[in-house]
Amino acid sequence: MGFFLETLFGGLMVGMLYSLIALGFVLIFKASGVFNFAQGAMVLFAALAMARFAEWVPQWTGIENRWFANVAGFVLAGVVMFATAWAVERLVLRHLVNQEGATLLLATLGIAYFIDGLGQTLFGSNIYKIDIGLPKDPIFVLDSLFPGGILINKEDLIAAAIAAALVTLLSLFFQKTGTGRALRAVADDHQAAQSIGIPLARIWVIVWCVAGVVALVAGMIWGSKLGVQFSLATVAMRALPVVILGGLTSVPGAIIGGLIIGVGEKLSEVYLGPFVGGGIEIWFAYVLALVFLLFRPQGLFGEKIIDRV
Amino acid sequence: MNGVTGRVEIEAAAARRIGDVLLDVRNISLSFGGVKALTDISFSVREHEVRAIIGPNGAGKSSMLNCINGVYQPQQGSITFRGETFQHMDSRQVAQMGIARTFQNLALFKGMSALDNIMTGRNLKMRSGLLAQAFRNPFGWSSAQREELAQREFVERIIDFLEIQPHRKTPVGQLPYGLQKRVDLGRALAMEPQVLLLDEPMAGMNVEEKQDMSRFILDVNDEFGTTIVLIEHDMGVVMDISDRVVVLDYGKKIGDGSPGDVRANPDVISAYLGTAH
Repeated sequence: MGFFLETLFGGLMVGMLYSLIALGFVLIFKASGVFNFAQGAMVLFAALAMARFAEWVPQWTGIENRWFANVAGFVLAGVVMFATAWAVERLVLRHLVNQEGATLLLATLGIAYFIDGLGQTLFGSNIYKIDIGLPKDPIFVLDSLFPGGILINKEDLIAAAIAAALVTLLSLFFQKTGTGRALRAVADDHQAAQSIGIPLARIWVIVWCVAGVVALVAGMIWGSKLGVQFSLATVAMRALPVVILGGLTSVPGAIIGGLIIGVGEKLSEVYLGPFVGGGIEIWFAYVLALVFLLFRPQGLFGEKIIDRV
Repeated sequence: MNGVTGRVEIEAAAARRIGDVLLDVRNISLSFGGVKALTDISFSVREHEVRAIIGPNGAGKSSMLNCINGVYQPQQGSITFRGETFQHMDSRQVAQMGIARTFQNLALFKGMSALDNIMTGRNLKMRSGLLAQAFRNPFGWSSAQREELAQREFVERIIDFLEIQPHRKTPVGQLPYGLQKRVDLGRALAMEPQVLLLDEPMAGMNVEEKQDMSRFILDVNDEFGTTIVLIEHDMGVVMDISDRVVVLDYGKKIGDGSPGDVRANPDVISAYLGTAH
C-alpha cells in the first residue's frame, strides 16, 4: 500500500508539470483558435534564456548571490518571451488573420523550428543548469501508518505548488477580469469581437505573452530537474496527449488531464510493466490519447461539438 | 401599430425627432474578384432615423452594412460620418466612433453567459488597463474593481430593458433563438452607440418574437435617440417601423424614400414586392 501511494504521488507530481506545459497550448488555442506547435520550443527557449542570464548577470554585475541571479535571470527571460510574443504577432499572425486552421498550425510549426535554432544561436547549445535552490532531499511522511512511510520528493512538492498557484492565477484572470473576458470573446468569434472594438492584435500579444510566461515557469521547473537541454522541447510533446485528454479549450481540463496521464504512466509502468517487458511509460499517454480521439474527441472538458442540422 | 392612423402617428413623431444627415454613403462600389456586389450606391441616414435597407436575397444588403462597419473596404466611394469622410475604415475604428452592429447569423460568444456577452460590449468604455486588472485586491478598493462595478450597473439596465433578467447567468448557447438575438442586441447597446446597424434582427423569428423585437428597436430609437440602420426581409415589419427605406437589387439602388413611396415604386414592385408576395 505504501508503495502504491508513493507511485501515485510520484505520478501526480509529474502530472502537475505536464499540466503546466499543456496550459500553454490551451491558453493560445482558447484565445486564437491556433494550435501552437511552438509551445515546446518556447519552453526550451525560455529555460535557455533564464539559465544563461542567471549565469551572465553575476559576471556583468559582480554580485554573487544566487537569489539575485535567479530573479534577474527570470525577469530578463520574461522580457525575452514578451519580445518573442510581440514579434510572432507582428511578423506572422497579423498576416494570417482569418486563414484556415491548418495554415496557422503550419505557421507555428515553422515558428517552433525557428525558435529552436534561435535559442541555440543566442544562448549556446550545451547543457546548462538552472539552480533555483529547490531542496533535493526526499522526505518521509505517514510513517506511523506504513512501515518506512512514503517517500516524497520535496523538489516535486514545491514544483507542484508553483504550478498550482500559476493555474489558479490564470483561471482568475480569465474568469474575473475584463481583459480575460475580451480574450474569451476573441476565441469565440473574431469578427464579433472586432465589431465591439476589441483589438485583435493586442489580445494576441497578451495571450502569447501569458503563454510565454507559462513556458518560462515550466522551463524553469523542468530545467532545474533535468538540466536545460534540447530534450526539453520534446517534453512538451508529452503534453500533447494531455491536451487531447483534457480538451483543447479547458484550463481545468489541462490540469486534470495532466494528472491522469502522470499517474497513469507511473502506475502502468510499475504494475503492468513487468508483464510486457517495460517501456510502457513512453507510449502510455499516446495510446490513451488515441482512445480518447476515437470515443470522445472533444476531451473530458472540451466544448461539446454540436452539429447544426 | 398597424393601419393608417398608426402610420400617421409614427410620421408625426418622426418629424419631431429626426435631425440632420449623420451618415452619408457616396458612390460606393464593391466587388470580389469579378463579382460586383455593389455598384455606385449612395444614400444618407439622418440622426435619430430608422432607416431600412431591403432587397431580394443577394441584393448586396449585408455587403453594404459590412462596408459601413469596416469589414469590407469598398473599391470606390466614400462614407461620411458626423462630417468626417473616410475611404477606409477598420472595424475597431468604426466601433470607437460609436457605430455598433448585430449579426445576421448570430455571432455571440457562445461559451459565455448572457451577462458576460453584454459586458464585452463595454470593452471600449473601460479605462483601467491590464496591470490594474491584474492587481485587483480582495477588498474591492482598486480602481479596476470599482470600474467593473460601474460597467456592470450599466449592463444591468440593458438587461432590464431587454427583459432578459432571468437568463443573465445562462450560457448563451443554451438560450432559445429569440433570446440570443436579444443578447446580440444587448451587446451592441452596451457600446452606447450613436448608430446601430441591425442585420436581419428578426430572421427566423415567430410572430410574437418579431413583435417583441420591433418594440425593442423602436424603444431604443425613442428612449436613447439611437439612429438605426436595419436590413430586414419581413415587409410588414419594415413598413411599420422604418422612416425611410433604401431598396437594392443586384447591387444597384432601385428605390429610396418613405415606406409609402417605396411600396408604390414600380421598379421595386417588380424586383421585390411583386415576386415576394
